[in-house]
Amino acid sequence: MKWAALVVLALAPLAGMGNYPLHLLIMCLLWGFVYTSWAIMGRLGMVSLGHGAFLGIGAYVVVLLWNHAGISPWLGTPIALVLTAVVAFVIGYPCFRFKIVGHYFALVTLALTEVARLVIVALRDQTGGSLGATPNTALADSAWSLGALQFSSKLIWFYIILVAWLAGLWIWGRVDRSMTRLALEAISQEEDAAASVGMNVTRLKLGVTLLSALMTCFGGVLYAQYQLYVNPETVSGIGISLQIVFGAIVGGMFVRLGPTVGAAITLLLAEVLRLAIGHDVHGLDTTIYGLMLVLFIIFMPKGILGAILEALEKRRAAKTAAATA
Amino acid sequence: MLKLSNVSAGYGSFQALFDTSLEVNAGETVAVIGPNGAGKTTLLRVISRLIDASAGEMTMEARSLNTVPSHEVIAYGIAHVPENRRLFPRLSVEDNLRMGAYVPSARANFAERLERVYALFPRMKERRKQLAGTLSGGEQQMCAIGRALMSGPKLLLLDEPSAGLAPVVVQAIFEVVRKMSAEGYTVLIVEQNVQQVLKVADRAYLLETGRIKLSGRADELRENDAIKKSYLGL
Repeated sequence: MKWAALVVLALAPLAGMGNYPLHLLIMCLLWGFVYTSWAIMGRLGMVSLGHGAFLGIGAYVVVLLWNHAGISPWLGTPIALVLTAVVAFVIGYPCFRFKIVGHYFALVTLALTEVARLVIVALRDQTGGSLGATPNTALADSAWSLGALQFSSKLIWFYIILVAWLAGLWIWGRVDRSMTRLALEAISQEEDAAASVGMNVTRLKLGVTLLSALMTCFGGVLYAQYQLYVNPETVSGIGISLQIVFGAIVGGMFVRLGPTVGAAITLLLAEVLRLAIGHDVHGLDTTIYGLMLVLFIIFMPKGILGAILEALEKRRAAKTAAATA
Repeated sequence: MLKLSNVSAGYGSFQALFDTSLEVNAGETVAVIGPNGAGKTTLLRVISRLIDASAGEMTMEARSLNTVPSHEVIAYGIAHVPENRRLFPRLSVEDNLRMGAYVPSARANFAERLERVYALFPRMKERRKQLAGTLSGGEQQMCAIGRALMSGPKLLLLDEPSAGLAPVVVQAIFEVVRKMSAEGYTVLIVEQNVQQVLKVADRAYLLETGRIKLSGRADELRENDAIKKSYLGL
């Protein structure tokens, strides 16, 4: 069943899908990957509002190195990952060492994402400021360039991003089954007791934060190379960070496919809003995200997929109970 | 085994412990009694390094504890059952016990120790799939003690195990403490229930406003006039 669905998904674009639906599908998987990356730490009690910073580092570092130094994304990506690890460490270590948790952790990370956006805007000579930046094209006389990681074919991007998304789900599964996941849940519930049974709280939290940040950074690289355009608003800042949190929570951050479902919902919501009211009302989408986020946290904390799976589980349990009675 | 010499500690500018010296020998059950706010919980939190000692020396089997990070205290053979149990409420009973054996050296003996804990607390075996937060108070206390035993400690720190429990459950908890000391565990227990704890302890210290006021054999302290008057209501 699971594998059949995957085969259908993998073959769907070959059946002559239009460019626009294919684009939506790619974006859905790409954001699904990013939201999954966020939820790997988010569901363990570390709600980061700063993932836009990691996304921004991934997107901008690779594009800027390519444009200004001619460094291929193949080399730019590891550089971006190292930089992300450094930033995640500098933010994470003091937070975890001095037990900054919950709302305070969210606030610290919120500041981080805004700093990232402001830095991009301030360095406008290099980054293009709020107008964004376009990687110098390597597609002038061919349809693709492996060295520049640029492909004009959406189909190639679909498969690259499909693999990344599957890798993200695989990592989620690995973390889920590990002792580390149980330990981090224990830490999020009783931090002192967790330390007393021998958990190195700082190191465990830092480990999962680094994993989540690095995956998000990689998502930023894919986004920039696929879109061939980066903008401070779309890859960093409060708006995008909030959207990541919103998507993961609405979809359901406690189940593996929840964040991807959330990505599909945010994407559809954004498209509907765009078609219905256009770009006239600035900030409307963020306002709606914020409102819905509050409603979901109150009424459906497990998210849409989480709630559906729970209802199915209950029904199955009731059925087996009825069958045995 | 455990030795504290002139230890002081506090929270910010508030000092809760003054010049406290105390010793626990292998195989002993030692009680620290005293009223609310005397610094009993602080004492145990200092020993398990959840707060820093501002002065004094602490050693476990002659090795200094003073600068050990809190997550490494367990490697010295010290397991802490904190005040108000502090279970992981949204993990199952068995996962709580599993987390008690989190350190690699304990993980290897997980199955065997789990059997021992279940033998000591048959109720925990019945409830092993239940979320710890849904247990009754007495069961939570058993689960918390069980979690501490999972690491195979040499010294068990018990912080007010009887607090907030019904009298009949208090009896059961002290029965467990008695059983553990009979099995050879070394226990440092902090209690307000002076009557009960002096029955299970070998020795006791009286802590008042952060200072040790009295110490001696438990049976002697039970006959002490000051303790009789202030703590036993006789």
